[in-house]
Amino acid sequence: MKRLRKLLLTLGIFILGGLLCACSSSKTQSTWSEDKADNTITWGVKADTRLFGLMDVKTGQIKGFDIDVAKAVTKKILGSKGKAKFVQVTSKTRIPLLKNGNIDAIIATMTITPDREKIVDFSKVYFAAGQSLLVKKGSSIKNVKDLNKTGTTVLAVKGSTSAVNIKKSAPKAKILELEDYAQAFTALKSGQGQALTTDNGILFGIASENPGYQVVGGTFTNEPYGIAVNQGQTELKNKINKALAEMRKDGTYQKLLQKWFGNVAGFNLKEASQQ
Amino acid sequence: MISVFQQHGQELLTGLGNTILCSVIALFFSLIIGSTFAIFEVLPSKLLRVIGRIYIEVFRNIPLLVIGMFFYVVVPQYVLPMDGFTAGTIGLTLYTSSFIAETVRAGIQAVDSGQMEGARANGLSFMQAMWHIVLPQAFKYVIPPLGNQFINLVKNSSVLAFVAGFDLMYQGDMIASATFDTFNTYIAVGVLYLIITLPLSYYMRYLEKKLA
Repeated sequence: MKRLRKLLLTLGIFILGGLLCACSSSKTQSTWSEDKADNTITWGVKADTRLFGLMDVKTGQIKGFDIDVAKAVTKKILGSKGKAKFVQVTSKTRIPLLKNGNIDAIIATMTITPDREKIVDFSKVYFAAGQSLLVKKGSSIKNVKDLNKTGTTVLAVKGSTSAVNIKKSAPKAKILELEDYAQAFTALKSGQGQALTTDNGILFGIASENPGYQVVGGTFTNEPYGIAVNQGQTELKNKINKALAEMRKDGTYQKLLQKWFGNVAGFNLKEASQQ
Repeated sequence: MISVFQQHGQELLTGLGNTILCSVIALFFSLIIGSTFAIFEVLPSKLLRVIGRIYIEVFRNIPLLVIGMFFYVVVPQYVLPMDGFTAGTIGLTLYTSSFIAETVRAGIQAVDSGQMEGARANGLSFMQAMWHIVLPQAFKYVIPPLGNQFINLVKNSSVLAFVAGFDLMYQGDMIASATFDTFNTYIAVGVLYLIITLPLSYYMRYLEKKLA
């Protein structure tokens, strides 16, 4: 009996500790003034997503559309000497990392959604994506309706909007969520699911490197990508918005879009650059 | 933290159930496999000793995540299809069994060699002597380190989260990304792991006292 009491006491202390910690909140400082002081903006970017942000294993550098946009925005905000620092994030870790101050802004194929807007602030749209499906060539799945059967398994990535959307469009399908796109695609290859779902830009990136797979069914949602900053960092957000507008005006934006998506078969550049 | 339990109690319970299920299966099989290879290591046959050594060194020295991913993505592609839960549980079993084998082997070798010799002199075969005389004493010696292995096993089952095995950690990830409340979600997940491991820890301690 005594032992049991001790056990319960230990558990109680842990639970209490959790409650206490949850009540304390951190102070908000201006990210912008810190960035200006050290002349650096720290961006959270993907490193597993072809075309948007992919780690080049040979050079150890991350390359992609998101990276180039981040670099261009940094130059517009901080001047030509401004430095852009990149930190790898995944769909799962990006919001916690932004919230705890490890990164100043997220530019990581992040869809603007009402739920997310409650906890972070988004810039204007910098890329208009839409959710689509990637399947093995010759698969019987042609569009999202084909997924709405019991026994179909759809692969998605943790913390992305794709899983939520597919639950609405195909409620009967089973959804498996994996850590990142590389893992999710490997799971598709090894037959853990019949289709991989996420935004079309990412899927085209995967399909361009893997000839046995194709994007099908067109887009069935609108996924406008925005740059996210922590809530209350209005100054930084406004600077980013201004930089984006300038980039669209002087043609930098169109050049970057052409550079990364110009050669992708089946990709609609005009649709992607919508505001 | 309470609100996480209120809103996502069902998901967390499913996760808890899967974690316990996976742990129980892995514990059962890793104990059997581990003890078998431990006996292999003390057998007179050199071939079996080498087989035991290779098995233990391979699975003891590869990260659990690698073994789990291997069964999740490589095995289904070439051998036979299996889901994340199965792949993770198999990985966990193989990984833990190599540690249990090492622990039990140490226990067997800690039993005075006179015990085996005495039993053999009294007409028992090697296996009979092992089963009736040596192993019962060996297990008594290794209860504390075995307890450690069991607790590690429960915690290591979080590897299921990486292969979509619907365990506690996977559900935690889901809830954290749906609510954006990472802090409280992971605290809740931690408390649920404690609910499994603390009683286990106390039970092993009790067993140790009772049998010592």
